[in-house]
Amino acid sequence: MLGGIGAAAFWFLTEPRTLDEAKLAQLGAGDAMRGERIFWAAGCTSCHARPGSEGEARLELAGGLQLKTPFGVFVSPNISSDPEDGIGSWSVEDFANAMMRGVAPDGTHLYPAFPYTSYARMTPSDVADLYAFMKTLPAVAGKAPEHNLSFPFDIRRGLGLWKLFYLDDEPVVALAADAPENVRLGRYLVEGPGHCGECHTPRDFAGGTDKARWLSGAVAAEGEGVVSNITSGEGGIGDWSQSDITTYFETGFTPEFDSVGGSMAEVQRNLARLEAADREAIAAYLKAIPPHPNGYPSRTAPAS
Amino acid sequence: MRKLIFAISALALVTSAAFADPIADRQALMKANGKAMGVLVPMAKGEKPFDAAAALAALQTLNDDAQKLDVAVHFPPGSETGGETTASPKIWQDQAGFQAALDKFKADAAAAVATPPQDAAAVGATVGALGQNCSGCHENFRIKKG
Repeated sequence: MLGGIGAAAFWFLTEPRTLDEAKLAQLGAGDAMRGERIFWAAGCTSCHARPGSEGEARLELAGGLQLKTPFGVFVSPNISSDPEDGIGSWSVEDFANAMMRGVAPDGTHLYPAFPYTSYARMTPSDVADLYAFMKTLPAVAGKAPEHNLSFPFDIRRGLGLWKLFYLDDEPVVALAADAPENVRLGRYLVEGPGHCGECHTPRDFAGGTDKARWLSGAVAAEGEGVVSNITSGEGGIGDWSQSDITTYFETGFTPEFDSVGGSMAEVQRNLARLEAADREAIAAYLKAIPPHPNGYPSRTAPAS
Repeated sequence: MRKLIFAISALALVTSAAFADPIADRQALMKANGKAMGVLVPMAKGEKPFDAAAALAALQTLNDDAQKLDVAVHFPPGSETGGETTASPKIWQDQAGFQAALDKFKADAAAAVATPPQDAAAVGATVGALGQNCSGCHENFRIKKG
């Protein structure tokens, strides 16, 4: 009897919640040219391009990239315009519900390896623009392999509970009422489509980002290594000027002329495609956010 | 007999000291590469005036370093960890791939020195081409460790 009530409560709490009518009404017609900016800002190719592909081939969003995490191995799906193996048959409402609520057209929850926890902060019209742009990309046949997750993480329904705690479309960093316009734009780009926090913020035991240590760096989700602290706190980028940051986004060179590496190399290639004003906005935001010490453990001293 | 053992030990010690530190050596080469880029990038961006001699010297440093880099010398087994190395285990897991990336750098650096840039725009093109070697290799074979 209690088990039955518990199960019913679970079922109710984990119900997929899609966008409400008011949000859907804001989608609009969508403009593919504006959508291209969002495409590069959102970094879709970083996960969904065929692994190892280069140049124009990166626009073939075949999926297949493996993300090895403590929960198991996620594999990015085919999100090309193919109606059978990609998302070519999705409506713009389907696309928006996936992007902003992590709900698939069949009503199941999507895993937050797809960063809808960030995309939830996008405007519906940007999402509609992105949809229009992605319709122009090539159709790619062939589904990617399924995820390979350990129990109980392979139970999608449980994500409904996770989302109650971790899916939130409010801004992370509060800005003063008179904050400059480009800092606000930077906040939108970073906390929304840029989804920088998904890699650069430490995660708790449940795999949700720890917003109290926003952008302070983290142990890398995939395998070994760490992701940088991009606040002005100790170990971060406090001694980088705004211009140092935009130069890094544009060229991949740090102020010491070290070169970008790891997963950030692909991100930097995407950032280099944005307008300078967008890069400057991101840099302005990074200089404005609260400082935190590194969100990852310091390297242990080498054995002598 | 004892003198012989002593002599052999001393020789071994000296020899091992001579091959002591591939990690420090490769890091020094990479830092020198960074400094060379530090001469070229401001020229490319127009922040510093174009200087043909300085540009050529920087490219020669990059080329000298590229030709010096040798997987057996600078990335031997046993140098995967230690010091402050940020070398990724992939260097040893994908030796063919790493060698290919290194060979591409050697070729691109040699080409840059063979036809040195004559203006700021050409420096930009050279920096772009060489910079892809930096990030391309670092993307796959370098890992930030904390």
